[in-house]
Amino acid sequence: MTLIDLANPTRFLTLTARLLPWLAAATAILLAIGLYQSALAPDDYQQGATVKIMFIHVPNAWLSMFVWGVMSLAALGTLVWRHPLADVAAKAAAPIGAAFTFLALVTGSLWGRPMWGTYWEWDARLTSVLILFLMYLGLIALWRAVEDPSRAARAAAILTLVGAINLPIIKFSVDWWNTLHQPASVMRMGGPSLDRAFLIPLLVMAVAFSLLFLTLHLAAMRNEILRRRVRALQLIQVAQSSQRPA
Amino acid sequence: MSLGPYAPFIVTSYLLVSAVVIMLIGWIAIDYRRQQRHLRELEAGGVVRRSGRSATDIK
Repeated sequence: MTLIDLANPTRFLTLTARLLPWLAAATAILLAIGLYQSALAPDDYQQGATVKIMFIHVPNAWLSMFVWGVMSLAALGTLVWRHPLADVAAKAAAPIGAAFTFLALVTGSLWGRPMWGTYWEWDARLTSVLILFLMYLGLIALWRAVEDPSRAARAAAILTLVGAINLPIIKFSVDWWNTLHQPASVMRMGGPSLDRAFLIPLLVMAVAFSLLFLTLHLAAMRNEILRRRVRALQLIQVAQSSQRPA
Repeated sequence: MSLGPYAPFIVTSYLLVSAVVIMLIGWIAIDYRRQQRHLRELEAGGVVRRSGRSATDIK
């Protein structure tokens, strides 16, 4: 099966029906391993046990940006290649990305209170992630507000690509501005600064959450394809009923 | 495993993430069943796709 075959929604549904049980099982196993390793990870010499929040905060924060990146690629697919599944992919990813961003914000806040002495600070990293969350909500609202899927797809794709400007701002905010948030400690020049005792559980959880996203995204895409079939059939039903003699 | 004086912050974080993930899974599962039901109702009412294939036959 080639990538072109996946452009066909029916083939996509067939393939994902086979793939999803395996993906869900792999996600569950990896999450269990990650949670076990997180529970056994030692306390940090400065942060104590609150370092355990990192194992869920960081994967959610990474995914909050990664999902927007996926949506940006899908937006290109909608605008440039007019791929039939591109808008489906973007629309299905938005609520999942919004959920990850919400979790990144709230777990960060719960980590910040004992470490910084405050739940919230209007610094560059926190504010730019809050803007990302609001952009997710705006996109979801846009898809709901515009009834015609093809018009909604174009508008959402343009908004997504404009919003992608925020991704490097989030990533480099801790370098460009003086922020309360710590600088990057995993994806940085010179390699991770984290000890292996923290790095390994963190990476396992990051892969587990990425698999979780993939599983949820494919399932949500299937739903969106079915929703569009329902809409198409409803339009046929309306056309048939208007042709019947009174 | 002792979580020390900040246990409420740690436990709340993990519970919140679990709750949101379970809600996402539940929402997607319910949405799938809803779309399948709509398609079955439409097909039962005699509305068929232009290809003539069943809209619910996806396996």
